[in-house]
Parts: sequence; structure tokens; C-alpha cells
Amino acid sequence: MSYIPHTDLERQQMLAAIGVTTIEDLFEAVPSSHRFPRLNLPAPLSEMEVSSELQAFAEANEHAGEFAIFRGAGAYHHFSPSAINHLLLRGEFYTAYTPYQPELSQGTLQATFEYQSMLCALTGMDAANASHYDGATSLAEAVTVAYEVGRGKRKKVILSPGIHPMYREVTRTYHQGRDIKIVGDKGRADLSDLIDMLDENTAMLAIQYPNYFGQIEDLAKLAEKVHEVGALLVMVVNPTALALFKSPGELGADIVVGEGQPLGIPLSFGGPYLGFFACRTEYVRKIAGRIVGETVDTQGRKAYVMTLRPREQDIRRDKASSNICTNQGLMALAACIYLSLMGKHGLRKVAELCYHKAHYAAAQIDALPGYSVDMSKPFFHEFVVKCPKPVSEVNQALIERGIIGGVDLGADYPGMTDHMLLAVTEVNSKDEIDALVEALKQV
Amino acid sequence: MKIPTDVKYTKNDEWVRIEGDTATIGISDFAQDALNDIVYLELPDVGAAIEQGKAFGVVESVKAASDLYMPIGGTVTEVNKPLVDEPETINTDPYGKGWMIKIKVKNAAEADSLMDSAAYEAFCADR
Repeated sequence: MSYIPHTDLERQQMLAAIGVTTIEDLFEAVPSSHRFPRLNLPAPLSEMEVSSELQAFAEANEHAGEFAIFRGAGAYHHFSPSAINHLLLRGEFYTAYTPYQPELSQGTLQATFEYQSMLCALTGMDAANASHYDGATSLAEAVTVAYEVGRGKRKKVILSPGIHPMYREVTRTYHQGRDIKIVGDKGRADLSDLIDMLDENTAMLAIQYPNYFGQIEDLAKLAEKVHEVGALLVMVVNPTALALFKSPGELGADIVVGEGQPLGIPLSFGGPYLGFFACRTEYVRKIAGRIVGETVDTQGRKAYVMTLRPREQDIRRDKASSNICTNQGLMALAACIYLSLMGKHGLRKVAELCYHKAHYAAAQIDALPGYSVDMSKPFFHEFVVKCPKPVSEVNQALIERGIIGGVDLGADYPGMTDHMLLAVTEVNSKDEIDALVEALKQV
Repeated sequence: MKIPTDVKYTKNDEWVRIEGDTATIGISDFAQDALNDIVYLELPDVGAAIEQGKAFGVVESVKAASDLYMPIGGTVTEVNKPLVDEPETINTDPYGKGWMIKIKVKNAAEADSLMDSAAYEAFCADR
């Protein structure tokens, strides 16, 4: 099959229709001296030479594998079984674009279905879509759903300051120019302050679980309060943490979103990542993206098909509430393979390792003179350390010892100058943690 | 095809039954037949004031999704909630249990622009 849509004859007819004879005639307005200027390029190289030049460029970068990484804040260094990459690189998965035709794409559709099902199991929701770009855009899409559920009459969106600062920024960018008012996150409001902001004009209240500081807040009464005013409870979650803690479904969440990167997707300069989105059944008609379902074909054999997609995106476009149709298919597949390989117990083991290593590190650091760790609330694998010096100085000293330190919280949270957000995962060995503690002591 | 005489019809295949200043609204037998199996229905909130010809909801079938338009303007006084959970009732009983909303009529004269059953029968026959 030819992918060139026009024949020479058709081109001639089109040119004739606009009154010119050749393609070159179309560029007449560009002086000929500017059409093909001499380019000052180096001489061509052989493949071997190009390869070694690119290798040199690549080696100019620091490589994550050469450092002990204690930085998280939304992107986490976890172990990925090598089977993930090998399966992702299969041409059937790697090159396919929007492979939704059931006659041809049972493999991809099944993988998407399994991914959705596993996300439902993790979050305790009824339905998950085939994914969005990243955690931040998933949160922005949740705002759209809540606004639509409120029929556009509820215009207030309450965001906890404990949600990742970038997610809140993306959400604001997404919804700028609409009559949605985003409140709650400019100061240091706690959960009870956020609950006080709830009213009949509130479309949703969103919190992060664990929050940006790695902590688990007391969410027992939250859903009840949010639902009392008819608003939706949205939770931004870390998928690894869900293997250990109560599911958002049990806590009364209506929509659960988050970043799927911890599920077998490398850090790789911040992308491509994976936004997951799950919700209760009553809201599936309002969500963007696609849902793949399991059915049987005419002969009664198990089959997978695109079950639900927002009709507005295809046939009632003037009524569409979101223009996001696409998903992160390959990254969703990576998460699906990761979760399959880990299984229920494996994922819990990863979460337990993260939890215990983080708590070991926190206790060691808290015991250091000049340092203190905020242990006022339960935490998962991240925690806030108050440092005796500016965070930038601490990080400079750490990087010289081959350690990537934590995020400087002062930049996003005024009043948290000299506070560092550290993350510890299963890949951080005890030796690495001890080296971190020793390095902090010497700073 | 059923075309009852006690209701009036629009060119978009909605029907309206006017009793005093109350009107009940649904879609015709012709419409449900053309749509085929109806799987989803979205209706307005009670209290919504909607003008004649403006959309009050959405009906979706295995074949198509269509807006629903007000045959005459008014304020929504009642919504057929059970129908939202079982929209397939529209296929089996479009003029009875398949009613969608009741409204308080704003201007009864708007009904003059609608078709009676004979006119609607002729309108459908031409399609």
C-alpha cells in the first residue's frame, strides 16, 4: 500500500486549478538566492564515526546509574525487571498507533484492559481509562469531570497545598480562561481548613495521598464532608504506596489520578510518563480518553474491544469537555507488565522495602546534630528534613560524594527554607543510606 | 408506528403533551425506532429554564447520539429519574413510561408551531 496520497496526475490537476504549472511556481515569491542557500555543515561521517561522536555526547551527561538517588518528588527511582523493556520493544507494540481495531489489535487491547483492571484493583475504583499523558494532566482532567458533573454550575475547585506544586500549576494552565476558581493551595491550609472552604458552589476537593511531603493525613471524615455539599473527592495517589495503605475507594474517593512512572517506567529526563485516571461508575460518561472492555465474539470466544469513548470527541464536538483522546499506550503497557511481574505480593514487598528503608534513613538523619525530620504524621517513602544549611549547599556537598540529594522545598513553599524533601526506595541499599547519613553529618 | 393524537410533534421528533400549563416531553416512536437500542440518557436538573428549540438533554443509542430539543419553552418541574437508569424503556414505551421531563409552560402560543399527529405522520412518511 502506498502512503503517498496524490498521484502525479492529481498534482497537475491541482496546480492547474490554481493557475500555475509547476510546484516551483508556488515558491516564486522566495528569491532564488534564499531558496537553497549554501549550508555550512561539516563533512559527512561514517556510521562508526557518528556512533562514537554520539557516544561522547551521551557520556557528557551524568548517568543515574552512577549515583545514589534520594530524590523523588513525583518521579521515583525503582527497579524495573528487564522483561519490561524487551516486551515494549516488540514491533507489534512499539510501532502501533491507536491500535483500536479489534480485528487486528487483540494483543494491545487486552494489555490495555489488563492495565485498566489492575489500576482499578489498586485504587479501589470501578473503572480506569486507558491513561493520559502524566499525573498532572490526569488531575487537570479530573477537574473537567467534576465541573461537568456539577453541570458547570459548581465553579469552585479546592486543591490541597499538599498536592505536587507542578500538578497544581498544570491544572491552572489547563483551566485558565474558564470560569473555574481554583482555591485552597496558596497558603499552608491543612485538611480542616480545606473542609471549611467546602460549599454548594464546590465542584471538587483534591488531596494527595501520600501528600507531597510523603505524609499520610487522617482522611477518615474527609469524603463524608465533601459529599455532604455534593462535591467530588479527588485523590492524587502514588501507586506504589497503594500496595501498603488503604485504597482511595475505601476512603470514599470519587476520582483517583496519579503518575504511573513508579510502575516500571524509567526516570529518563522526565518523560514519557503515564497519567492514570480511575473513577466510580457513575462518572464514566464524563471522562476523557478511552476504556477497553472484555466481551465475546460471535462464536463465543473472549475478545477485547473499545467499549467507551466520549461521544463528544467524535460526533458532537461542539459539546466536548476535553480534547484529550490519546493515551500513553506504551507506558501503560510498561505499567501492565510491571504489575503482572510483581503481582500483588511483589508490589507489596516493594512498598514495604521503600517504607522500612525510608524510616531507617529518617531515624538516622533525625539523630544527626543540626538536622531534624518531620515525623508528626505517618509517612511512606518520602520525608522532610530540616537542614542546618541552605539546601543548595547540602546538595552540592552530596553530589561531590556521588549522592543526589532531595528537592529544596523553600522554592515552592515559603517558610520552608532549608527544608529538603528526601525519597528512599527499594533500590537504595543500606550502604547508600549510611553514606548519605555520613555525608550529611560532614556538611 | 404509533403516532398518538393527544400529543404534538417537532421536526426533531420530540413529542409534547400539554395539559393546562404543564407539558410532558419525550421522543416519538419514529425516533426510538430510528435510533435503535437506547443505552444512555442525560436529562436537565429540576428548575432549569430552557427556551423552545434549545437542547435539554442527550440521548445515545448503539447507533447515534443526539441532542434533545425543547418543543416549547418552560421551566423543568420533574425529571423521569428511573428512565436514566433504564433508558431502554424509551424503546418499548416512548409515549408512556418513556417520558423524559415535565415542564411549566412559559408561553402556550409556542405550541402553535408544532405538528399534530396527521402532519407528523405525513412528515415521517416523506423521510
